[in-house]
Amino acid sequence: MSHSLDAYLALSSLLFCTGMFGFLARRNAIAMLMSIELMLNAVNLAIVAFGAFTPRLTVHASVIALMVIAVAAAEATVGLAIVIAIFRNRRTPLVDEYDTMRE
Amino acid sequence: MSNALAGATIPGLGWSWADLLFLALAGTVLGAALTVVLGRDIIRSGLAMIVSFAALAGIYVMLDAPLVAAAQVLIYIGAISILVLFAIMLTQTKVGPARLVFHHQAWAGAVAAIALAAMLVGVVTTTAWPDTVGHQLHTATDALARLLFSDYVLPLEVVSVLLLAAVVGGVFLAKRDEPRGEER
Repeated sequence: MSHSLDAYLALSSLLFCTGMFGFLARRNAIAMLMSIELMLNAVNLAIVAFGAFTPRLTVHASVIALMVIAVAAAEATVGLAIVIAIFRNRRTPLVDEYDTMRE
Repeated sequence: MSNALAGATIPGLGWSWADLLFLALAGTVLGAALTVVLGRDIIRSGLAMIVSFAALAGIYVMLDAPLVAAAQVLIYIGAISILVLFAIMLTQTKVGPARLVFHHQAWAGAVAAIALAAMLVGVVTTTAWPDTVGHQLHTATDALARLLFSDYVLPLEVVSVLLLAAVVGGVFLAKRDEPRGEER
């Protein structure tokens, strides 16, 4: 089980779908950002798993995974800064109360 | 996984120790991720996210990618989780956690997520992936470093510029607006 690509890919799929549900269902903006981090982790797991079982990709997969981690860090920085900036104006972290542009 | 663990089997169950370790880590990852997504208290969600990241670092070790595991611990657990926890503390309202954690349409998201999960798991377990081998390959860190600074040097520099831009942009967005026309 631990030596088959399928098990790791199935784990990655389940983790991705967990994150997707969180992104779609949570009202809190920070919980949505955490769900995005879960999805990015799932994609990273798939990349590293493919690298671990494909000889041509082994080293490349780790390099790509490191790049994804760096971009995820940048995304988290900007996303949380935006949430904090909005919170300062609207005093709520709940995304369904950000309805200024609807009116 | 090291060969010493891969050979031995657990008496009574017939699994190898590596399988047991994989199941434990995978269960921790998914359980903590479900806690993140379903938890009512957002602080607990943030802490469960750290547990999920840590178990995933263990999975990377099982996949023989040590540098990715180290980066996972350093960047996700060390940096991103702390950033998220600080943001949670800065945006907690005084009235406590909201009564309604999910949107009213959360059931549609649940249906979509379960359907996508079933489809993805079905596809990845039935597809015969080309060029794969039946055992795990070790990722040599020196080969990784050589590749990172030869073939991937341009993406590396672009990512470093992106990180700098993200840090400057984050500081600019989150900093308090100066009251205008008082000092000058």
